[in-house]
Amino acid sequence: MSENEVKNLEDIFEARIARDEKIEPKDWMPEKYRKTHIRQISQHAHSEIVGMLPEGNWISRAPSLRRKVALLAKVQDEAGHGLYLYSACETLGISRDELYEQLHTGKAKYSSIFNYPTVTWADMGAIGWLVDGAAIINQVPLCNTSYGPYARAMVRVCKEESFHQRQGFEIMLKLANGTPEQKEMAQDALNRWWWPSLMMLGPTDAESVHTAQSMKWKLKRKTNDELRQQFIDQTVPQADLLGLTVPDPDLKWNEKTGHYDFGEIDWDEFWQVVKGYGPSNKKRMKDRVGAWEEGAWVRDAAMAYADKKEKRKDLKHVG
Amino acid sequence: MSKNNWPLWEVFVRSKNGLEHRHFGSLHAADAEMALENARDVYTRRSEGVSIWVVESSNITASNPENNGELFEPAADKVYRHPTFYDLPDEVKHM
Repeated sequence: MSENEVKNLEDIFEARIARDEKIEPKDWMPEKYRKTHIRQISQHAHSEIVGMLPEGNWISRAPSLRRKVALLAKVQDEAGHGLYLYSACETLGISRDELYEQLHTGKAKYSSIFNYPTVTWADMGAIGWLVDGAAIINQVPLCNTSYGPYARAMVRVCKEESFHQRQGFEIMLKLANGTPEQKEMAQDALNRWWWPSLMMLGPTDAESVHTAQSMKWKLKRKTNDELRQQFIDQTVPQADLLGLTVPDPDLKWNEKTGHYDFGEIDWDEFWQVVKGYGPSNKKRMKDRVGAWEEGAWVRDAAMAYADKKEKRKDLKHVG
Repeated sequence: MSKNNWPLWEVFVRSKNGLEHRHFGSLHAADAEMALENARDVYTRRSEGVSIWVVESSNITASNPENNGELFEPAADKVYRHPTFYDLPDEVKHM
């Protein structure tokens, strides 16, 4: 194809998206669109899969059966969300094995929030309330994104996600209204998860390299800073309701703007964690790669069994 | 690393009797039985279905969007296939 022809196709393609038409797997698409989507959808899928690890630790330590079934269901949802998203990503012409390979070798990223440790039961509450809360704010606009398989996966994810946040808030509420020690535990979890949750919404607009293009492709409907403000505005009153204190001395309602003003985010910490130097990066990858390698014999056995059954069927036909 | 990769399957779910099976998504599984079991766990955790079909993705033949013109455009100028094409007096009600 000549350069002019490609340019022409790109113009038609951009116009389709501007008209709110969806792009489907077999449609022509610019190489950059394909690559950007593989990167974003796979990062999203990896985040769901790695996100199970910090919570898995607490399934056997949940304080009651009610909490245990809820946490189990939440972790199972996350496995499901990872699978929806990997499937959507595979429609762009990359195999599941390649995607896993990228995660396991560190070539692909996942949300840096999962590189923080979960040290008390209250962390299950804070993760559901804050981390899933921030995730929902990120994800809801993606239900209308331009790539059909991604948009459809996100509709399903968003429908299931709201229980995650509610169960987290309920854990916090119970602890905040419990003994002084329990309330202290809830406050401690908020102290540790607040700032990483704000960072989770991505670098500031000035630092974000992909924003303009992503807006055009509807991979993004609002900028990181807008999403962060929305998260803060809706979460601070919830913290007040819990009787907990958001760990930001500069946090203040601004009558003029109708938003909360907030303090400086430690972006050095964010980039350190992204680059692999967070408190739990190594452990997460070790656990993830370990699970994959230790499961290899099961995958091979299942395939060998399927092949054997298939051969028997063929023999019967001949006989 | 696994020697053999599990093939891809497409999952179709009937959400309740009276409705058709609808494409829900896809998954990897070693064989049809496992594909059904996985589809149940991945796509019907909240009573989304009463029946599941799975078919190996490689068995599906799909039309190519590049041929959309010759395939679908001929239907665009056949307005006489629609009831509104026909002029009837107002007195004829309910037709």
